[in-house]
Amino acid sequence: MFRTCRRLGIGTVAVYSEADAEAAFVREADRAVAIGGPAPADSYLRADAVIEAALSAGADAVHPGYGFLAENAAFARAVADAGLVWIGPSPEAIEAMGSKTEARDLMETAGVPVLPGRRLDTQLGTGGSDGAALAAVAEAVGFPLLVKASAGGGGKGMRLVEAPPELESGVEGARREAAAAFGDDTVFLERFAPRSRHVEIQIVGDSHGTVTALGERDCSVQRRHQKVIEESPSPAVDDALRQAMSAAAVAAGEALGYVGAGTVEFLLSEEGEFFFLEVNTRLQVEHPVTELVTGLDLVELQLHVAEGGALPPEAVSPAMSGHAIEAHLYAEDAANDFLPVTGTLSRFDIPGPVRVDTGVEDGAEISPYYDPMVAKVIAHAPTRAGAARLLAAALVRARLHGTTTNRDFLVGVLSHEEFLDGRADTSFLERHDPAALAAPSMDAEASRLAVGAAALALQARRRSGARVLAAVPSGWRNVPAAPRDITFAVEDESELVVAYAFDRAGRLATLAVDGERVEAPVLHACTSELVDLEAHGHRVRYAVHAEPGGAVHVNTDSGQVSLTEKPRHPRIEEAAAAGSLASPMPGSVWKVLAAAGDQVDKGQPLLVIEAMKMEHEIVAPVAGPLEEMRVAEGDQVDAGTILAVIGEAAP
Amino acid sequence: MEAKLAEIEAALDDLRAGGGERYVQRHRDRGKLLIRERIELLLDRDAPFLELQPFVAHGTEYKVGGTMVAGIGPVEGVECMIGGADPTVRGGTSNPHTWRKAMRMAEIAEQNRLPTIQLVESGGADLRTQAEGFIPGGATFRNITRHSAMGIPTVSLVFGNSTAGGAYLPGMSDYSIFVRDRAKVFLGGPPLVKMATGEVSGDEELGGADMHSRISGLADYLAQDEYDALRLGREVVRRLNWRKLGPGATEAADEPVHDPDELLGIVPPDLRAPFDPREVIARVVDGSRYDEFKPLYGPSLTTGWGSIHGYPVGIIANVQGVLFSPEAQKAAQFIQLANQKDVPLVFMHNTTGYMVGKEYEQGGIIQDGAKMINAVSNSKVPHLGVIMGASYGAGNYGMSGRAYEPRFLFSWPSAQSAVMGPEQLAGVLSIVARASAEGKGIEYDEEADAKMRAAVEAQIESEQTALANSSRGYDDGIIDPRDTRTALGMALSAVHGAAVKGAEGFGVFRM
Repeated sequence: MFRTCRRLGIGTVAVYSEADAEAAFVREADRAVAIGGPAPADSYLRADAVIEAALSAGADAVHPGYGFLAENAAFARAVADAGLVWIGPSPEAIEAMGSKTEARDLMETAGVPVLPGRRLDTQLGTGGSDGAALAAVAEAVGFPLLVKASAGGGGKGMRLVEAPPELESGVEGARREAAAAFGDDTVFLERFAPRSRHVEIQIVGDSHGTVTALGERDCSVQRRHQKVIEESPSPAVDDALRQAMSAAAVAAGEALGYVGAGTVEFLLSEEGEFFFLEVNTRLQVEHPVTELVTGLDLVELQLHVAEGGALPPEAVSPAMSGHAIEAHLYAEDAANDFLPVTGTLSRFDIPGPVRVDTGVEDGAEISPYYDPMVAKVIAHAPTRAGAARLLAAALVRARLHGTTTNRDFLVGVLSHEEFLDGRADTSFLERHDPAALAAPSMDAEASRLAVGAAALALQARRRSGARVLAAVPSGWRNVPAAPRDITFAVEDESELVVAYAFDRAGRLATLAVDGERVEAPVLHACTSELVDLEAHGHRVRYAVHAEPGGAVHVNTDSGQVSLTEKPRHPRIEEAAAAGSLASPMPGSVWKVLAAAGDQVDKGQPLLVIEAMKMEHEIVAPVAGPLEEMRVAEGDQVDAGTILAVIGEAAP
Repeated sequence: MEAKLAEIEAALDDLRAGGGERYVQRHRDRGKLLIRERIELLLDRDAPFLELQPFVAHGTEYKVGGTMVAGIGPVEGVECMIGGADPTVRGGTSNPHTWRKAMRMAEIAEQNRLPTIQLVESGGADLRTQAEGFIPGGATFRNITRHSAMGIPTVSLVFGNSTAGGAYLPGMSDYSIFVRDRAKVFLGGPPLVKMATGEVSGDEELGGADMHSRISGLADYLAQDEYDALRLGREVVRRLNWRKLGPGATEAADEPVHDPDELLGIVPPDLRAPFDPREVIARVVDGSRYDEFKPLYGPSLTTGWGSIHGYPVGIIANVQGVLFSPEAQKAAQFIQLANQKDVPLVFMHNTTGYMVGKEYEQGGIIQDGAKMINAVSNSKVPHLGVIMGASYGAGNYGMSGRAYEPRFLFSWPSAQSAVMGPEQLAGVLSIVARASAEGKGIEYDEEADAKMRAAVEAQIESEQTALANSSRGYDDGIIDPRDTRTALGMALSAVHGAAVKGAEGFGVFRM
């Protein structure tokens, strides 16, 4: 957004929370205003604070982005009331779309296909009811269908009915569950579309009554209803279908008197029927794929129509070219139930001819406060296969250091046969184990060599930084014995030892990773950041990034390996033994803080000795039972007097 | 050269094997690191290590290496003299070779101002040789504290026993680090104490690491294990606030243009055939840049300026083996020039000595040789030597042989050094005997003469080899010729630990 504004000569103001004070977007804006604490409720959800910031900065308009208050009608109204331009649809349109049932009714009226569904009369499906009437309703909805509790949620009171014979028992069961869970046994039937797709149409409306459709986006690959990969055009949509869906979306937009950018979401069944789901009254996260295939800047269009401009011809009849695919890069552990991770993204670099929309940069903190999305990476190519390949390649080569990301998972999806065939639907991630998809893109042998390269780069770094004898060949010995070695901890906590030696002329003579020797390795170049290593006849370049704390990341054309250098001299904590506690100096017992028989913790004060006007706390060196307390308050003790005895802690 | 290198390699295999598989395994089974592993963990990662006098005691009844490993390498960016006994060889006990080597290491540390780190674990003196060890053992302890007085730090890391006299190793050091449950340092162990005073005591209370850390204070640091001791040793060096006193490298340290690998082919198999040392110099000095001084005068010796690893040097190298008067004069003048400008000298030996004969004696060869030896003796800039081939007689002295205290002296496997060559020596003996027989009027026994000559030749032959001389500690180690540049570079860097200052008093005498 800031980029578009800058291109158009429009000044920008960012609002930010305490957690984002160092974020890139804050620096990218011309000005920035702090609006509160890290929790969204303390900052980004505070409409008043945002409006106040806009007014104080002298802004003319408010762009709500795509999260937080973006679809909040009250906020839109408040913005307008404050005399600011709201970049988005009218509060009424937002409100209408905010209610699912109202939206559905509105669409049905506008002639937009909605998912067949019927509320069941109270008596239908109860004991002794009219079976034929129920069957007729079900027939109108179509099989398979879902029986859903009206008051429901979370899957309670929901039954999948595949065919008519299961209908009655399904409805009865759902009612029973609904009554038990929600105290209301009202249910409705809704067509169930297995193996369906999520396809949405981008619309933009202007204040002159024109609504245009800018093609579709296929967002079928989702995990827990969160979009992972989006593309345009959809492999499941042909021209006829596109026209039908676009017409429906435009009809929806016209029905709403829509001004601004919006998205009409549809469910596309395996058979090619589409049904309205909802309208998103904002710019979508996945809007870049539309921008790339249409060549339009949607933010620019938003600004243009917000200023009262009419849609330009290229937006009214857009020329589509090629195929675009977007992947959502998250800081999360895809192999571990997509658990969000936090940390410092010490390096963020996605190379190649792809578009990267991100708010992070080298050294960014991934905080626990917001969505762990790191970036959107979008590839555009003449063909779908080309775009998938380009995107996968960019992700494989991306340098993402310091935090776990779903990169390997994305690459796994993008190179999956089913996805490449255009057959991935919304159940794709239910049918394929995310952990398997997230398998590292680098194979074991390539990883071992990458670990070897890490050792060599660290070696180069140390040699170039040597204060003395820097020009002498690395690790030179006139009596060569064992090779040099270095131990790394790899991500799964296992340890890897790399052994290497250079000959008297500084050529790499031996390289062994985890005890396995690399045959005749040739080191063509070796600096602290780049290793050009030939092994088994293959010459590969390794980019190495060593962080100050010992973390080392290696990137090649086939992926990334992250390691931690283990210290050469592991520290051992001095083990304090259970036993007698002697007085450190002569003095008197001022306080006794524990009694024999107590269980004491390590570091717990047991008594206080006073000597030379100073108080000395005697603490338990280990945890365990206090077997004896030999002194009492007021006792005089000499240095070395046994004060108390701690026994061995029970194992 | 290949055959000689193979012989050296065999000696190194013997050296690296330490006390042999059984004792190495027993040492490991005790959870201990080998001496070479201790040194590796003490050195900076990927830093070089110049091991010194590795061939001491080769071919004797004692194990090659003198039961100790010693050398120079950087710890926390500070070049240190690091040495320690190999406990797998006869319990790390000391014998006369050990003491000689230890004395030489102390000398090197002192002359070049190298902080010393001792890795202590030794059963003390090899009692078979106690009579020989009493005096040098005492000198060892004296050296430690004298170094301290000179401001050269000494650090002892005690990994095991260091008892009786050995107790003074940590006892005299500036810093001492003891490994818990392992270091045992006492004047007398439990049996001796019982004998002496009747007191019954355990070795932990007499000299354990914990006791010395908490009660006697002999240990400055209590290490939890060997790794911890090595870590603490590095920590101590990091805080030494160490500064080298030499000016350091001042020239570009680019590699020679000519490939050092070719050095193996430069020395002819038969040393009687001379070779041009400029071919060697071109493979040793930075960028193969060598500016010759007086190239036309005294051509049997080359003198000139260059740099090695950025350190400026003056080089003196024998060309034709024999030193005549002009060569001796040129050398004397060149040595004075090096002293005038504080530049270290590198002597590259391949000499059979000063020319003999009527003409030369009358021409004053003794006086000219004396000028060269005088200049060498009183030169104050550091001398480094490489015995490439022959180094005989007074020629060895003039080329700053061992007796003239070069800071470092290395030999190539092809080196031969003695008073005279074997044939010459046997021949001289034969001539003298023949003359004596003639004088007495007895018939000379030619058969006996042949036998005597063969026996003498064989003896000298075996005594003049690089290994034989290195075994005696007459050099600081035999190096692969291809390592010459690196070894000299490390030696020069070490030499710059002390101030590099030439002799003063007179101007340069033209000869």
